[in-house]
Amino acid sequence: MTDKAQAQTVLRLSHITKRFGALTANDDVSFELKRGEVIALLGENGAGKTTLMNILFGQYTADAGEVEVFGQVLPPGNPRAALDAGVGMVHQHFTLAGNLTVWENIVLGTQALGALRLDAKAARAKIKALSTRFHLAVDPEAKVGRLSVGERQRVEILKALYREARILILDEPTAVLTPQESDALFATLREAVGQGLSVVFISHKLHEVMAISDRTVVLRHGKLVAEHATAETSREELAALMVGGEVSAPKIEAMPPGPALMRLSGVSTRGEGRAPGLHAADLTLHAGQISGLAGVSGNGQKALSDLISGLAHPVAGSFEIAGEPVADWSPRRALARRIGRIPEDRHHTGTIADFDLTENAVLETYASDFARHGWMDWKGARAQAEGLIATYDVRCPGPDTRIRLLSGGNMQKLILGRVLETAPRIILANQPVRGLDIGAVNYVHGRLAEAREKGAAVLLISEDLDEIMKLSDVIHVISEGRLSPGFARGTMRAEELGQWMAGEGFAPLTEAAHAS
Amino acid sequence: MRLEPIADPSLARKLLPPVLAIVGSFLVASLLALIAGGNPFAVFGAIIKGAVGSKFALLETLNRATPLIFTGLAVAVAFRAKLWNIGAEAQLYAGAVVTAVLGTGMLQWPAALLLPTIAVLSMLAGALLLLGPALLKTRLGVDEVVTTLLLNFIFLLFVSYLLEGPLKDPMGMGWPKSPRLIPEARLPRIIDGLRLHWGFVLALIAAIALWVINTRTTLGFEMRAVGQNAEAARFAGMPVTGVILKTALLSGGLAALAGFSEVSGLKGSLTLDISPGYGYTGIVVAMLALLHPLGVVAAALFVAAVFVGADAMSRALDVPSYLADIMLASALLMMVLAILLTKFRVVRD
Repeated sequence: MTDKAQAQTVLRLSHITKRFGALTANDDVSFELKRGEVIALLGENGAGKTTLMNILFGQYTADAGEVEVFGQVLPPGNPRAALDAGVGMVHQHFTLAGNLTVWENIVLGTQALGALRLDAKAARAKIKALSTRFHLAVDPEAKVGRLSVGERQRVEILKALYREARILILDEPTAVLTPQESDALFATLREAVGQGLSVVFISHKLHEVMAISDRTVVLRHGKLVAEHATAETSREELAALMVGGEVSAPKIEAMPPGPALMRLSGVSTRGEGRAPGLHAADLTLHAGQISGLAGVSGNGQKALSDLISGLAHPVAGSFEIAGEPVADWSPRRALARRIGRIPEDRHHTGTIADFDLTENAVLETYASDFARHGWMDWKGARAQAEGLIATYDVRCPGPDTRIRLLSGGNMQKLILGRVLETAPRIILANQPVRGLDIGAVNYVHGRLAEAREKGAAVLLISEDLDEIMKLSDVIHVISEGRLSPGFARGTMRAEELGQWMAGEGFAPLTEAAHAS
Repeated sequence: MRLEPIADPSLARKLLPPVLAIVGSFLVASLLALIAGGNPFAVFGAIIKGAVGSKFALLETLNRATPLIFTGLAVAVAFRAKLWNIGAEAQLYAGAVVTAVLGTGMLQWPAALLLPTIAVLSMLAGALLLLGPALLKTRLGVDEVVTTLLLNFIFLLFVSYLLEGPLKDPMGMGWPKSPRLIPEARLPRIIDGLRLHWGFVLALIAAIALWVINTRTTLGFEMRAVGQNAEAARFAGMPVTGVILKTALLSGGLAALAGFSEVSGLKGSLTLDISPGYGYTGIVVAMLALLHPLGVVAAALFVAAVFVGADAMSRALDVPSYLADIMLASALLMMVLAILLTKFRVVRD
């Protein structure tokens, strides 16, 4: 630690302030990064982490403050200057061309436009060397479109290293990885800092921050609230700093499972583009239980959620709700069978952005509960919205506010209220807390636990294994559209689930299954 | 300079587009008037006088606004549901044809029975004409911009055939026009001696009815939801395809009323020139109105006044009446720009 204290400062952010209208995303933030150091930038979603890094990388222009790299002040709003100064950024959403090979993607943009031929041989050799040096196993000749998410991330990191990046910024890099892939990433990062690189690691997962970083910088509501040597702090302290108060997670008490409310046996559905369909999936949802579905994103979660929502039909197998086979399936019928649905994308599927809270509150029930002979009962709808706002603690100016103006957490509370007010027998919760702050996360989890106690069957789909393990009575893993058997609470360790997430343990897919 | 999104625009910002559009179009027109050798103040004086300066001028403007209200409403209702109906022109002629077929003696009924019958069947014809493209869109994903636009030309040729053949007036000295409507099939004037027919009142009623549908009925709620976010509407259990088809029927019906009103109220017979592009101008009207039904009335009055006023100005000052087209075009462009400014603010770096 002491030698690092004297190490060269490679990056200095001074008094960065950035406003978006009334919102102050970054408020006078300053910190320094030393050579060979990993800084974890910790904060809830919306705390201003990504904004800060986008300013550093030149994608946004700060309203005040400056960025200094290796002693040179970067011109604001110029990503090229940041690249040239040795800053490499790996975004949450990758910026790769799927139809090009790995090495082409890496070289793209590094050679002069006028150059007639790429120096492919030298480029390949350099990539090979980098990938051995940093343990970034990836085939340079593979088409990026065929790579797994973890491999694509390695390509992004290689791309930054190829451009001689001395400072790596990783924005929520583990969100899309299995636990094993995360461990491999950490090994790479340790190798990189060992060779004199510096890393800014953005995360809201405390155990990762504790595992990888030398220092932790905590942002809350755009302000830097704490800066600690990671070894001298604790998870509890960081969590409290992040949310600014005590954190209480809901307790899930063991209770005996009730009757089966939904049963899938051997159900297959059609895939959509790159997203796989279900392959002979077996799943039973019991009253009074939370069934968790773990898996790396894009492995058929959407297919299962579409099926239960009423958007997709089974093409094979049997699908029963409360013992009755399902024919003629649609969202409206799903609602009629008392399935409450919390969709994955609350901005585009769950709500209509320019509709007000009243309109969004009755989006699913207007026809049955808030209309007579085709005339809307707006008074009743408004009262309903006011009720949801009060009961579910939706912070907003009022029911006439357009829902796009609400924070993600408040939007989700309205959707949650809309679902729970109908007293659903089955609840589909697809990524119900993604992007929410810890307060809202606990609120949503608490309400789901409450619904479970009242006898609802809950299917919780999440890419966050911690969330799944914390809440679920039974855990299934999904991989390439196949469902694992259900594992009872406490019988599996994260590493074992991770192996299932990586596709181990499943019967191999036949070619026929691929084609269908 | 960059654009930054505005989360919640103020009322002043929301009212900016129409104001900026009108002021901007006047500025552009002034410049052109100067180039054409006219004094802008004299030109605008003449336009205003020609549009609303006398009882005759005012009535002419209201008459001209009538079909524009119908086609404007037709476009507004469709666009709001993101059904891009560019075919109001053909739907207008569909209504006009039905009116000419039924109103020239085929049905010898009293006016109280005949007029509503013709109006309803006209709407049906326009509605069916848009149903085809709407079905192609919902079933096969065929782009309705292309189908509705091209149907305009096909239908106009069909009308031309009718006027040269089955519908041709034997007493018409060879002109391609239909026989005159019987008196019972004519929309009467609102006040005797004033050249303004009940079609104008019908247009106002249609605008109010559409406003009520939009804001008070489940169909209006569904049409707005489907237009704003079809994915969320489908997820919420709305019958998205059915809503699109209902929207198409409503839109086609409204456009057809323009044809009914022109033939039955104003012209008294069907010719190939009953619409100088009212179907297309309806798009401008709807956009200027920001797709609001009551705004359509105001926008149609503005557009009609510009056209009628510019005709009069041209006769008086020898400045070409094309100035009207330029004013509308620039108003539309300003509007598009100004709408951007309600959603974004310009930030200097």
